[in-house]
Amino acid sequence: MDRYLLIASTICFLAAVVHTGFELRTGVFRPMRFNFLAIGLGFILQTAFLSLRGRELGRCPITNLFEVFVFLAWSVSLIYMLVGPAYRLSLMGAFTAPLVFLLQGFALITPIDARHPVNVRGNSWLEFHASISLVAYGAFALACIAGVMYLLQERQLKTHHLHSIFYHLPPLTNLFAAITRLLWWGFGLYTLGILSGFFTGHPLPRIQVVAAIALWILYAAILQARHLKWLAPKRVAALCIIGFSVALALLWGITFTAELHPMP
Amino acid sequence: MNLFCVGVSHHTANVSTREQFVGNATAESIASGVGCTEALVLATCNRVEVYAVSEKRISTDEIARCLMARKNCSPDSYVSPFYRYEDQKCVQHLFRVASGLDSMVVGESEIFGQAKKAYESARTSGAVGPYLHRLFQRAFRVAKQVRTHTDIARGAVSVGSVAVELAQRIFGNLSECAVLVLGAGETSERTARALVSRGVTDLRVSNRSIERAHDLAQAVGGRAVPFDNWAAQCREIDILLTSTASDTSLLTCDILAPMLRERLDRPLFIIDIAVPRDVDPGVNEMEGVYLYDIDSIRSVAEQSLVLRRQQVAAAEAIIAHHVTEFVDSISRGLGRASQMVERASLGENPLRASQL
Repeated sequence: MDRYLLIASTICFLAAVVHTGFELRTGVFRPMRFNFLAIGLGFILQTAFLSLRGRELGRCPITNLFEVFVFLAWSVSLIYMLVGPAYRLSLMGAFTAPLVFLLQGFALITPIDARHPVNVRGNSWLEFHASISLVAYGAFALACIAGVMYLLQERQLKTHHLHSIFYHLPPLTNLFAAITRLLWWGFGLYTLGILSGFFTGHPLPRIQVVAAIALWILYAAILQARHLKWLAPKRVAALCIIGFSVALALLWGITFTAELHPMP
Repeated sequence: MNLFCVGVSHHTANVSTREQFVGNATAESIASGVGCTEALVLATCNRVEVYAVSEKRISTDEIARCLMARKNCSPDSYVSPFYRYEDQKCVQHLFRVASGLDSMVVGESEIFGQAKKAYESARTSGAVGPYLHRLFQRAFRVAKQVRTHTDIARGAVSVGSVAVELAQRIFGNLSECAVLVLGAGETSERTARALVSRGVTDLRVSNRSIERAHDLAQAVGGRAVPFDNWAAQCREIDILLTSTASDTSLLTCDILAPMLRERLDRPLFIIDIAVPRDVDPGVNEMEGVYLYDIDSIRSVAEQSLVLRRQQVAAAEAIIAHHVTEFVDSISRGLGRASQMVERASLGENPLRASQL
């Protein structure tokens, strides 16, 4: 039953992707309403899936790579629902939907939904640590998406070749402000996630700790360079994309090692 | 009841022909001159059109004579450029005109205001009745819908509007942007005014002649800056609009590089409309600098027009839907009206024109 909910949710995100592609082809781009509705419905179905899975497991549903990917996709949608309309970044949905679709699609088609025997009572600190870290990843993902939008807009302005999408992308300064806010949100949540990791009562695998701290240092360096105006906005945008790619790779590694060395 | 439109436009006649028909007739004079029940004259620099409703058929020649009333010209010389649309075609033509699809610059919005003005003028004089009232109200609705649901009005097509559009794509809200106008030419003034109209409040003007700088600054609500001091302003400003008559580049990478280091997180938008150019083209390669010369501005304007033309099909689809709906609603209205006439002849309700 829960898998059907996830399939339905993935179809919603696919609909947003197809709709965007179709509108871009016809040149009549009205991203706000349909994309927001499709992503909103997809988000509700994701939430229902995670809720059912969580009830079944008796804990936060991030016990294997499949659940981690779905939780990450849910975090991306959540941050988009909070940030997209608030900052009037209407086109962000068009960029968010493909990422969520890929994450969920990958989770659905690969055999990574392995059920591990878990302690029903769980460990609340560990669950808090994992879930808050994944929500932080959601914010980093949105910063990455805003970075892609920034580079796209910047490229068009530099080369003087303006496509239909140019008129729907937010202004450069607004995009950069959104990137900075998302980085701060992600960094704050990630810091909280790392700190809570020390209260789990169990020694975390050394590789996980090193990887998590390396990622924290990377984002801290980006924010510091941004704060001290050492980096131009274009480089910050590019670093957001690199940062999230590194974060995804590390997430894979962390989850993989966690599956090898499961904790109660 | 005949609904028709007779007119001459940039499609069928050049300006010397068109100007012969402007200002000679009003909606009232047309209605009384040819015996129409309702009439409206839409006269702009690109078209002179008469929209009318009549009981009997009125020829194009009669309308043309009215439009030429005060001119001494042989009839054969003016009838040829006129076109005529009737009933459904007339409805479709008006919807296209109001939406800017028939304009010289596709998607321009000025025609909408001109059509509204023509309607108001004809309504005040009593030349517009229920039929044209409904037709024009629907035309205004269609035009708004076309603008909202397509990109027909997107993109800018003049130097001033391109500059404003690009500035908004870089900075968003222009109210916090500082602008330096270098050179006090006519295009600079128009562009500066366009920027002020979009919220710019910090506007500085610099010119070799300080008096001209003061004059322009006063005209656009800015302040004059000595010409010797203009380069230093690049540390503070967001937009540089330059159009001097200098033979050599005034702004080069060497001059700008140290200033950019101090403003790494703020973009600099440079509009160079001078020929020869005031800004070294290499400046565009610098991080955070967006340089547009007159050719690139023209190129953006042309891209906007191409984009607008791509929207024509979507706009035509909206118009076709409204034409069918409007014609159907009018037919239903006439059907009801004829039933009421029959009832009235049997001693029931009297027919009112407004019920049409």
